[in-house]
Amino acid sequence: MATRGSGMTVRPGLARSWAIQRRVINALVLREVLTRYGRHNIGFLWLFVEPMLFTVGVTVLWTATKSVHGSDIPIVAFALTGYSSVLLWRNMPGRTIKALEPNLALLYHRNVRPIDIYISRLLLEVAGATMSFVFLGLAFYFVGWLEAPEDVLKIVGAWLMLIWFGTALALVLGALSETSETVEKLWHPTSYFLFPLSGAAFLVDALPQAAQKYVLYLPMVHGVEYLREGYFGSQITAHHDMFYMALFNTILTLFGLVQVAKVSRTVIPE
Amino acid sequence: MIRLHDIGKSYGTRSGPVNVLRHVDLTIAPGERVGILGRNGAGKSTLIRLISGAELPSSGSIEREMSVSWPLAFGGAFQGSLTGYDNLRFICRVYGVDPEDKVQFVEEFSELGIYFREPVKSYSSGMRARLAFAISMVIEFDCFLIDEIVAVGDARFHEKCNYELFVKRADRAMIIVSHDSGYIRAHCTRASVLVDGYLHHHDSLEEAFDFYESATGKKADAA
Repeated sequence: MATRGSGMTVRPGLARSWAIQRRVINALVLREVLTRYGRHNIGFLWLFVEPMLFTVGVTVLWTATKSVHGSDIPIVAFALTGYSSVLLWRNMPGRTIKALEPNLALLYHRNVRPIDIYISRLLLEVAGATMSFVFLGLAFYFVGWLEAPEDVLKIVGAWLMLIWFGTALALVLGALSETSETVEKLWHPTSYFLFPLSGAAFLVDALPQAAQKYVLYLPMVHGVEYLREGYFGSQITAHHDMFYMALFNTILTLFGLVQVAKVSRTVIPE
Repeated sequence: MIRLHDIGKSYGTRSGPVNVLRHVDLTIAPGERVGILGRNGAGKSTLIRLISGAELPSSGSIEREMSVSWPLAFGGAFQGSLTGYDNLRFICRVYGVDPEDKVQFVEEFSELGIYFREPVKSYSSGMRARLAFAISMVIEFDCFLIDEIVAVGDARFHEKCNYELFVKRADRAMIIVSHDSGYIRAHCTRASVLVDGYLHHHDSLEEAFDFYESATGKKADAA
């Protein structure tokens, strides 16, 4: 029988499911922009102004303290590539942890699922971090603090891999945080300790051989190294195994999706 | 048709799983108005959330061959920091309806005046209820799920809601949950009673009310 108006049909086909999901995510993104940034002062521009301020702050700090990072790369370039990548894997889980609670009322609408809430928040986070990275890269280039990158495609690839890692990690931690308070409590110190190990503040090549082996277990280190290889190419010796990172990301993504599915089955709309 | 087959729902608690619904079967034909009676905490809202698809059953299956609304309630599921207008736009986007066609209706029906463009958290509970109802009427469904709608606002507004829901949408199916048998009597053609997680079906409304009275041990019309 024909169904009325926009009420969804019973078992939508794949194409229709996709259309609904896109519609829902679009609605959630627009709503999130309004609730997070409102219509006051610079509004949604905060989306990338905030991460830009962070990156600029770190750049200034590292320049002022003449941070030792073990290469001839200008500190500005080093900070931009390093800190921007931290913004991805550290802030994305921050947006998904305990993300359902303030949105429980929305789950009254059958087509709004936990995964949609996660995806909409992550899309915004990625958009903000990416805009910040690109705008600052361009700005630093025009004022002459930064050379043009050697291989833009490699940078894009590395950035996408870091986004993938951030997304997978965010799904895992977001879903687990719904059933365990501990996740939220542990993530703050963990992300704090991971920051100095993440490759943001050093080149793997500058580390002692013994330390290199261990630090390369961390997937984001490969992403940052690859990113810097794209930027500086021949000036540095990058250490990365993108296959390892992709494998890590795949496993993390699958685990995350299973956890999100579990949460979807048990979550109770408010 | 909407068919519930052998639905079970349990929630984990500190003292082990609690079965809120057991072996619930229910069939709703197009245009039918079914009342579901039960005391507070009997699982009525859980049942309606399962039918809407907002929550999933622990066991059993639900077939929906009609479009089904979200559980409509005067309480309203809103984002308090957003304005009434933005809440309307969100709902319209989720259901793929052009919000601009609906703004006038909601603005007039809800009688919110300038508050329509103020954050919902600044509303009184009556204002929220009016907004919730107006937005609920913006999206059309074959079957409306109505969760414990009680008289809100003045009699005139209540009358307006009844006209919008039961007169203008007289051809739709409705499932109405309430602990108030008077409300069910006024708007339903048959009723089932939820007791201890089991849903008891009855051929006539009066039989259902009698059963409800004896099962709950109080006069069902007391409310």
